[in-house]
Amino acid sequence: MRKGRVWKYGDDVNTDVIFPGKYTYTPMEPPEMAQHALEDLDPEFAKKVKLGDVIVAGKNFGCGSSREQAASCLKFAGIQAVIAKSFARIFFRNAINQGLPVIQCQEAVDSLGMGDEVTIDFSQGKISGKAGEFKFPRLPDSVLGIVEAGGLIEYTKQKITSRES
Amino acid sequence: MGATFSEKILGKKAGEVVTVSPDFILSHDNSAAISQEFAKLGVEKIKNPDKLVIILDHVVPASAEKYALNHKLIREFVSQQGISNFFDIHHGICHQVFHEAGFALPGKLILGADSHTTSYGALGAFSAGIGRTEVACLWATDEIWLRVPETFRIEIQGGYAAGTFAKDLILRIIGDLGADCANYLAVEFTGAGAQNMSLAERLVLSNMAAEMGAKNGYFEPNQMVLDYLEGRAQLEFEPIFSDPDAVYERTFTFDLSDLEPQVACPHTVDNVKPIHEVAGIPIHQVLIGTCTNGRFEDLEVAAGILKNRKIHPSVRVLVIPASRQEYLRALKAGLLEVLSEAGCVILNPGCGPCLGAHQGILAPGETALSTANRNFRGRMGSRESAIYLASPATAAASALTGKIMDPREYL
Ligand code: SF4
Repeated sequence: MRKGRVWKYGDDVNTDVIFPGKYTYTPMEPPEMAQHALEDLDPEFAKKVKLGDVIVAGKNFGCGSSREQAASCLKFAGIQAVIAKSFARIFFRNAINQGLPVIQCQEAVDSLGMGDEVTIDFSQGKISGKAGEFKFPRLPDSVLGIVEAGGLIEYTKQKITSRES
Repeated sequence: MGATFSEKILGKKAGEVVTVSPDFILSHDNSAAISQEFAKLGVEKIKNPDKLVIILDHVVPASAEKYALNHKLIREFVSQQGISNFFDIHHGICHQVFHEAGFALPGKLILGADSHTTSYGALGAFSAGIGRTEVACLWATDEIWLRVPETFRIEIQGGYAAGTFAKDLILRIIGDLGADCANYLAVEFTGAGAQNMSLAERLVLSNMAAEMGAKNGYFEPNQMVLDYLEGRAQLEFEPIFSDPDAVYERTFTFDLSDLEPQVACPHTVDNVKPIHEVAGIPIHQVLIGTCTNGRFEDLEVAAGILKNRKIHPSVRVLVIPASRQEYLRALKAGLLEVLSEAGCVILNPGCGPCLGAHQGILAPGETALSTANRNFRGRMGSRESAIYLASPATAAASALTGKIMDPREYL
């Protein structure tokens, strides 16, 4: 459990503003990807984001193209979770498979504001901060495991090795 | 409070995440790419090879060396791994062959590395498309996580108006609700209109549920579906139905009786207009086929319009039966003869030009009318070409005039 500050945005944050299309075919290392995170939505974000910060947004977060970088650039920028009213389907899957936790919680989105400090307890399914406590359906252990391992490929590798040994 | 079909089959309430093990896993020509991801995992053997169903359909027969190599890698992988459900290039499009061969079953969970895996909802399965990496991990572990979707219910009433078909209905639905309306949601098609639909019609709707962003497009399996599966089903199965008091995200009602033929205009599937607004637009190529509308029933409608007539000299007409079984049915019924006499090119079963890889690529400035499910920019060839989507009847009528044409004039 780590404290983080909220970066608050509206509805329909699409993958183009999260990670611009012009970079999708340029191979990039994680630190460089992090520098372009949310570039076309909030130019301040990449400069000021700190490890453990949280993105809070409205409905349909991550709509648009299926590029996986939209999820991984946020993870590399230090974001510990994205909380939204709803997620675009492919982004939701990509995020978890890239090791970025996504939380659907309308109440928290309505109550949290830019700069608020929050703590997220994934094992309890709870977001807490000054604005109150918000429950979300806890992710099953296997899914949490994917996030903790840093993504699906790593998780699957670990799982296979542990079964073999 | 009752549960929806999706909640019942996945065993949790909408919004929750579950770890599941599917009954079957579909992949096609992308199996070579998936096997490369699989190799990264450092596992030798697929955990449950009997669950894999691999169907070569996208570029068949191979039209260039790279496709030939791709197929070769897949054949080698299949024999190394002992995958028995392998369908080489002579069977047809995966989404047709999969249910013909009895893998699409009521109450079963099917995942596939193709977005139109939603098709098997037509037989009462829960079936969804997933990514290639996910399929590779699924091959290795036989487990995957899914979020239980909320459900849209689409109630279909009335009977078809003349000259309209399931394709017109689904285009109207997508046009009205939008291409992302059912994002991450399940869709259930209900009502008397849905219950009366043939399997071929149901497949059109479930297939194109993917174009609404849906994870799944379910119909209640009825006696007609059970009869179809008689002697065909690969596993025993138990149909699953939504509870009468299930909670739906939203319910929409569509009436078949006031539908007119519909056309999806370039370059998005939800850019749908009634035929009278687009009739007269010149076209260069017509495609009758694909996993959406390449079945016997579709060819029958097209042949009905083209019988004893000739296609317009300014247009090329490509006909691709969805599978070898459908090809044979059409052949025996004389449909292929009618279509060939009219001037159509009959291609071998497969995806053909649907994905713009071979067999009828569009040049810059050309326009196609297709019975497929997608009209994204450049999908059938040049980025400077355009694709309209419509029913086989509209496609056949347009083939006669070289322009988008209302099929009701030929009935
Ligand atoms: S026919 Fe077209 S839409 Fe269907 S599986 Fe083949 S490429 Fe995909």
